Amino acid sequence: MSVNVATPAHAVALPLPADTRMATLRAIYIIWYRDILRFWRDRWRLVASLAQPLLFLIVFGSGLSSSLGGASTFGTKGGLSYIQFMYPGIIGMAILFTAIFGAMSIVWDREFGFLKEVLVAPIDRSAVAIGKALGSTTQAMIQGLILLVLAPLIGVTLTVPTVLAMIPLAAVLAFGLSAFGVALASTMKSMQGFQVVMNFLMMPMFFLSGALFPLNNLPGWMTVLTRLDPASYGIDPLRRVVLSASGLPGPVIDRLGLTINGSVLPIWLEAGIVLAFGVVMLGIAVVSFQRRD
Amino acid sequence: MNEEVAAADTVIQAKGLVKRYKEVEAVRGIDLEVRAGEIFGFLGPNGAGKSTTISILCTLLKPTAGTARVAGIDVVHDPAGVRQRIGLVFQDPSLDDQLTGRENLDFHAFIYSVPSSERRKRIDEMLALMQLTDRASSQVKTYSGGMKRRLEIARGMLHQPQILFLDEPTLGLDPQTRQTIWAHVNELRNSKGVTIFMTTHYMDEAEYCDRIAVIDRGQIVALGTPDELKAMVGGDVVTITSSQPDAAAREIKEVLGVTPARDNGTLRMEVPDGKAFVPRLVRELKAPVDTVSMRRPSLDDVFLKLTGRAIRDEEASATDQNRAMASRFMARRR
Repeated sequence: MSVNVATPAHAVALPLPADTRMATLRAIYIIWYRDILRFWRDRWRLVASLAQPLLFLIVFGSGLSSSLGGASTFGTKGGLSYIQFMYPGIIGMAILFTAIFGAMSIVWDREFGFLKEVLVAPIDRSAVAIGKALGSTTQAMIQGLILLVLAPLIGVTLTVPTVLAMIPLAAVLAFGLSAFGVALASTMKSMQGFQVVMNFLMMPMFFLSGALFPLNNLPGWMTVLTRLDPASYGIDPLRRVVLSASGLPGPVIDRLGLTINGSVLPIWLEAGIVLAFGVVMLGIAVVSFQRRD
Repeated sequence: MNEEVAAADTVIQAKGLVKRYKEVEAVRGIDLEVRAGEIFGFLGPNGAGKSTTISILCTLLKPTAGTARVAGIDVVHDPAGVRQRIGLVFQDPSLDDQLTGRENLDFHAFIYSVPSSERRKRIDEMLALMQLTDRASSQVKTYSGGMKRRLEIARGMLHQPQILFLDEPTLGLDPQTRQTIWAHVNELRNSKGVTIFMTTHYMDEAEYCDRIAVIDRGQIVALGTPDELKAMVGGDVVTITSSQPDAAAREIKEVLGVTPARDNGTLRMEVPDGKAFVPRLVRELKAPVDTVSMRRPSLDDVFLKLTGRAIRDEEASATDQNRAMASRFMARRR
């Protein structure tokens, strides 16, 4: 049998990533960059993706506001129309769908082989989860914030401070949901589960998020579900910012907002909840990627 | 297998590799040594254990038993160290076809920590070597199958690995493209001195290798240069046709001491030295001989002899089936 196979001397001297942390950061960057590159290459999709929110705002919004008429909570008070109420919710919808779809592209990468190129690289697997989550976060932010161009049509006046407040709030929501999507995708082996996620997670998350109706005075079971929906805590701050920019008095906004046991949550707490949710989900995704053989 | 001490230029050394799945033993005790700078071929039918073995050597699978050192590093103890030193080209494509060729290479350079000062130079060099320079800025989805393969090989070489693993590098390509790929692999070995470890189930391709291990049912059944393996068949394959095959067969056995294999009017025999045998055959045989042909044994003959069956494309691999399913799914969505 072979006697002590010595490591060839030159193997030791070969350049390895001198600093694993730097290597991981580089990997996160390039995984993020690839997503942005693909997103940008598909610019028509960005335009096409405006169709769905527009459809919601124009058809659903107009239809519902005229049938609700003056009887609605928002019909008369402060001159708020249903479309104005719904508008930040639709921004939230764009963020929700883009974030989760974006993160789920991991499953496509797996199906078409590209994921293998990443998984065999001598990098920490956490880079895959983090890079992908950040990539989807960026895309979702862009998809959501681009809807701000519709503000004049909706009758919402945007000011610089409003927009500056929207950016971090959109980022937090986009991150929370992207991390959730990556965690989901890390456990999925094929596209088969995609429809399930779509029908049993994304749609309920959207409907229960307060995007389309205020989350107060709901039946008890629904109140519970809406408070369990992480998207609720992301959409409510967006709405508060938009509505106060429309000059709506504070108490009216509070009445339309998310409450827990009747008390209004401050924006920072809501954002904190979404952020914490995102961090936990990302942690799950990292562990799940590291555990794959 | 000889029990010599690993030579200094051994870049892959496997001992007693076993991979057992729940009920199947895919790899059943494989020993091999690959020397620096050689093209080493792993030849066998689908399901013989080729991919499992290559996956163990590339640290993608853990062996159930046995050890393997690749580039001097233990595959179980330091997989990341191994991965930094090897290049991989998978059986299934693993490119992002929305990105351009250059972008795919950039991505790889980043995740393999190629120094930024070197990145552009190496990418340009590999693109040139694989003759992809003019198409570097096109999206990969516009590439032909052969171009995609060449891009994957270029990518696998970017971090200057000591060993390049190619798993069925020419699967699904037309013969002409396969030849081009081989020319490139050979050039790569000559210009970069990289060791190539490849699997194939195409017999003709194995001829390009310096040494071949023939694997069947999870074990290596023969190992040597293509010529050494062919010598196992016993020299040359001589085939004659005769209008009186029975008489001819009897005479060949009695007079020449060779037992031919009979297939209707055709008699096939393996002889040590065909050039001397054919004149004797023609001179001494009284039965009429209509045609005589002689050829060097092919690796097909070797495989036939070693395993008793011909190598061939058995049913599509599981991955192929999955991929077909995925594309059907996509078609439905569109």
